[in-house]
This record gives sequence, structure tokens and C-alpha cells, in this order.
Amino acid sequence: MPQNRMNRNKPLIAIITALCIYGQAYAQRIKGSDTLLPLTQELAEDYVEKHPSEEVIVTGGGTGVGIASLMENTTDIAMASRRIKFGEKMEFAEEELQSREVVVAYDALAVVVNPSNPVDSLTREQLEAIFRGKITNWKEVGGTDSKIIVYSRETSSGTYEFFKESVLENKNYMASILSMPATGAIIQSVRQTKGAIGYIGLAYLNPYVKALAVSYDGGEHYAMPSVENAADGSYPIVRPLYYYYDAEREAEVSPFVTYALSPEGQKTVLGQGFIPVDFEK
Amino acid sequence: MKKFLEKAVRWLLTASGFVTSLVILLIIAFLFAEGAGLFREHTIEEGYVLALHGDNPVKEMTAAEIKAVFDEDITSWEALGGPDMPIETFRLEDADKYFPEEQLGAQYENAGRLISSLIASRPGMIAFIPESMADADAGLSFIEDNTISPKEVFAGTEWFPTATPAPLFGMWPLLAGTLWVSFFAILFALPFGISIAVYMAEIASPKVRGFLKPVIELLNGIPSVVYGFFGLIVIVPILQQVFGLPVGESGLAGSIVLAIMALPTIVSVSEDAMRNCPPSLREASLALGATQWQTIYRVVIPSSMSGIASGVVLGIGRAVGETMAVLMVTGNAAVVPTSILEPLRTIPATIAAELGEAPTGGAHYQSLFLLGIILFFITFIINLSVEYISARNKG
Repeated sequence: MPQNRMNRNKPLIAIITALCIYGQAYAQRIKGSDTLLPLTQELAEDYVEKHPSEEVIVTGGGTGVGIASLMENTTDIAMASRRIKFGEKMEFAEEELQSREVVVAYDALAVVVNPSNPVDSLTREQLEAIFRGKITNWKEVGGTDSKIIVYSRETSSGTYEFFKESVLENKNYMASILSMPATGAIIQSVRQTKGAIGYIGLAYLNPYVKALAVSYDGGEHYAMPSVENAADGSYPIVRPLYYYYDAEREAEVSPFVTYALSPEGQKTVLGQGFIPVDFEK
Repeated sequence: MKKFLEKAVRWLLTASGFVTSLVILLIIAFLFAEGAGLFREHTIEEGYVLALHGDNPVKEMTAAEIKAVFDEDITSWEALGGPDMPIETFRLEDADKYFPEEQLGAQYENAGRLISSLIASRPGMIAFIPESMADADAGLSFIEDNTISPKEVFAGTEWFPTATPAPLFGMWPLLAGTLWVSFFAILFALPFGISIAVYMAEIASPKVRGFLKPVIELLNGIPSVVYGFFGLIVIVPILQQVFGLPVGESGLAGSIVLAIMALPTIVSVSEDAMRNCPPSLREASLALGATQWQTIYRVVIPSSMSGIASGVVLGIGRAVGETMAVLMVTGNAAVVPTSILEPLRTIPATIAAELGEAPTGGAHYQSLFLLGIILFFITFIINLSVEYISARNKG
């Protein structure tokens, strides 16, 4: 009887396998950073509209997931909100793969506080002290006498890594930092907590939270986070966003990557609140 | 034909029993295999070394000391048993501060030699560099790279799994957070759950019961992420106002959400247990002149104790293992909780939030599996104690 069942299932298995192969042959898979997810989805939609015979599947999961998938060949392009780590590069080398890197856009991080907070600007040194728990009261940076509640993203987020690299100069956040699973949760918490401070991508800025002007030169020049300020270099917390792909499969992925970098693709980049590549000095 | 069918069914039942047990055992074995690997990992990130000037007498540092040094919390070698000399830290990213781009070479082929000679010329420097860049001829000394010790993991109070050069895997704050939040959740859910169960089983008219039961069981059908979002939007601001807290994301918010989530399990299981209490017992009690209340708490509850206990345990199991709702409302600060009004971080929330990023097979990945083992043991101990309680009650 079991053998019978096997035989009956055989055609079904064959059909599923065929479907999988069919899907793989025509769909480009893009996976990785959640920061790049909405942008890439829009790019993919526009791209497919132009090239109806092709299919692009975009999924998130975080930068690390994307790069790991690229290594395991379960994605064609990895979206990354940080540069590939040395360790990851070593793993690529072990598999005898060579990764290609393309900057598709730049992203600025905004430091946000509750709208009721009188503080308007902070220097990098002050931000470092706040996120490392050395400054714990708003009055130390010119605000009211209230405790500073520091919100951060989870360690799996590329945003977390970049903020640590840029603002904390690779030092560690304090242990008692509140880590939230998503940017939306940070906005919600900062909105409803008086003494809160957190960081979010520029594209997520909304009227419910107040962005701070930031200075990287000890308070001489402050700049508000905006596309213009980030593009002309006056706003300092700016990071490149990358696509990674296997160098050997360049021919397969290059039409999409080229489209993303084309003037049309870069217009979408701007529309999503990111800074286009050619804006770079 | 009938006989054959019976045989086949029996065979299928046996097989499904064995296959399930086997799969469970395999999962446990997998969990242990992955988790135990943590203690074979080295403190310093793989492929990297901590290089010092050749004359520096310091040879060993704990992961916590390494973190403090690179965070510039320890600034003198004296604190580490070395000479009274300021510490200078060096990371690979700092290379362009010391050397111009053209000096390093297009493919950074000169980087190793330059950095090694830099370290050799600075007596107070500690450098975090790839092993391949440490020049063997420069006469550098290296910090000994020990394996991660169980003491650091189980008694450590700092959870910095992605810190470089040396991640810290102190699991005590996570364990304490999990137990703390589950304890309070059960404290809230237990009295409510048992009262509702008593009401529905003994007091409510069949009509009311017919309405209440599906409503309470409806709670079970709500996805946990919805509970989490509800907690973040509603419970957190309320707590903030009621207790005048600087921050509403707290253990209390987590335990309230968990209590609501554990309620349907506790209610339906203990209600079923009470309704299964033999009518002869109840009738005998009433015939002896006991009031309805006396009957409930002297006869019905004791006789259905094992059912109530298993309901409670299932509830605890739900609270201990719940991930998404807790992740959203407890604030996830990895500190040992001292009060329920502070943010805390639980084991399931940590696994859910970090497993996606942890590189497969790395120390971080293995530490998350080790957390899974700890969680497994907590529920295992709870299950054992329940078996013990119900067995004693039967005796």
C-alpha cells in the first residue's frame, strides 16, 4: 500500500518540481535589508512593467540574512544597509565566490525626540554620551530636568550597526538601552514617551516626532536632516545603501541593477526619501 | 479485508507515535548540538587577533575587559596588570587616519606591514586586526584567545552579542527577565482564570455559559502580534500615566499582555476539569448540608486539582515561550530587572529578534541555541513538577 501511494504522488512531485524550476528560471530574487525593501519593491514594479517577460521577487529579513542567502545561492541580489563585513567576505572567499558591490542610494539617519522636548540640536559627542549612558538627564544638554529614555533598533538591523559606527565611533551602546523590533515601534514609543530619544531613517520622519539638528564638528555647524542637507554633505549621519551580487552572474542581474541606477530609477530613489547616487559630491 | 484494514490502522498509529517521538528527540539533539558549540568558540572574533607592542606584559584579558578597553572605559594598562601607561585603541577602520590612501596601496596590500610597524612603534597600543595583517617579523605580542567559559555565559550580566572585538554572552539578565515577567503574568492570570472557571462551571446559568465560553476561547484565536500591538498602543501609555513612569515599556506591560494571553488556556482547561468532577461527590456534599460555596472550595476544586494544575502549567508554558507580544511591549533592555516597572528582555524575544542576523554557526548563533536549551529546561522542569503534583493528588 505505501508503494501504491508513492506512485500516485509521483506525478504531483514532478509537477511541483517543474513549477519550481520554471519559477527559478524566470524570477530574479532580491533579499535583504528592510531599509531598502520599499525602495527595491517599487523599483521592481516599475522594472517589471517595462519588461513584462521578467519577474522580480523582493523579500526582506535584514542585511545579514540577505548576504547569507547570497552565499547559499538562495538570492540573486542581496540588499544591504551596511558594507559587507570582513568575516562575511572571508566566507565568500572560502566558497570561492566573488561579490560585487553597487551603491544604489544614500540614506540619512535622523535623531528624533518627543515633540514636547525643548532641545533642538546635539553634537556627536553629546549623542555618543547619551547612547552610551554617560548622560542620563536632559538638563545636561540644555533641556528640562527629566530622565533620558534611549531607544535603539535590534542588533539584527543594519541601522543599529551604522548608528553605532557613525555616532558612537564603534563603541557599544549601554546595556539598558531599549531595543525595538522595528522603526515603526521606535516612532510610536518616542511619540508617547516624553523623555525619549531614538534614531530612524530619513524617509520615516513624520510630524509626530521631532528631528534634531546634529553637529559633527563640536557645535560649529548644525544641520537638520533633509535630502538637500544630506546630499550637499552638511548633514553628517549619511550611509550608502548597497546591492551585492555574485560576480559570475553579473549578466543575469545587471539589467535590473542598471535600471536602478538609471535617471528613472534614481527618481524613484528620491521619491522614497533616499538620496540619489549622483547627488554625491 | 477488514482484518487487513485494522492491521494497517494499528500500524499507522504505532508509526505515528514513534515518528513523533523520534522527531522530538532529534530536535532536542539538534538544539544541544548547536548550543554546546558556544563553549568551543573563542572570545575574539574569528579571523582576528588583538595585537600589542612586544614589550607589553599583559597577556590575558576577559571579554568584559576587552569591551571596556575598546569603549574607552578602561584607559590605563595599570587596571589590567600592566605598566602605568595610557591605552591607545586601534581598529582597522582607523587605518586611514594614520596612513594616506596611496600609502596603503590600491588593494591595501601594504596595510598589514604598515599597521604592524605602527603597533610596534606605540608601546600603549592595542589593535584589533585580521590575523593575516599581523606581520610575523614585527615582534608583536598577542592577547591569548581563550574559549568562552560557561561562567561568563551563565553568570555574566552583560548581553552584547554583536560587540567587537569580543562579544559578551551574559545570559543572566535574559533568564531573570523571562522568569520575572512570567511570574507576574501568572500572578495576574491565576486568580482571574480560576474565578472565571468556577463561575462558568458552577454558578453561571447554561445560557450565560453558552455565551461566555466562546468569547473567552476567542481570545485564543487572536494572533500574538496583535496582542503586542495592542499592548504598545494601549497598555504602555496607560501604565506610563498611572504609575508616572518615565518609560511605559516595562515588565508590567509584558506581564499584563501575557496574563490576557494565558487566560483562555487556564479558564478552559480548569473549567473542563471542574465540570468533570463526578456528580456523586457534589451531591453527597450538598446532601450533608454544605452550602454551594462550601461545596465548591472543599469538594469541587480539590477533586479537580490536577486538571486546574495542568491548565496553569499550560498557561505558564504560553507565558514563558511567548515571543512577539513580549518583544513589542517590554522594551527589551538587557539588564537584570530589579522591579517589574522597568524594561526587561526575555529569552524568546531575544531569539526571535536576533536569530535572523546571527551568521549560521557563529558564536552568536550558538548562544541563541543555548538560550533555547535554557528555555527547554524551564518548561521541562515545570512539566515535571506538574506531573508530580497531579500524581500526589491522585494518591
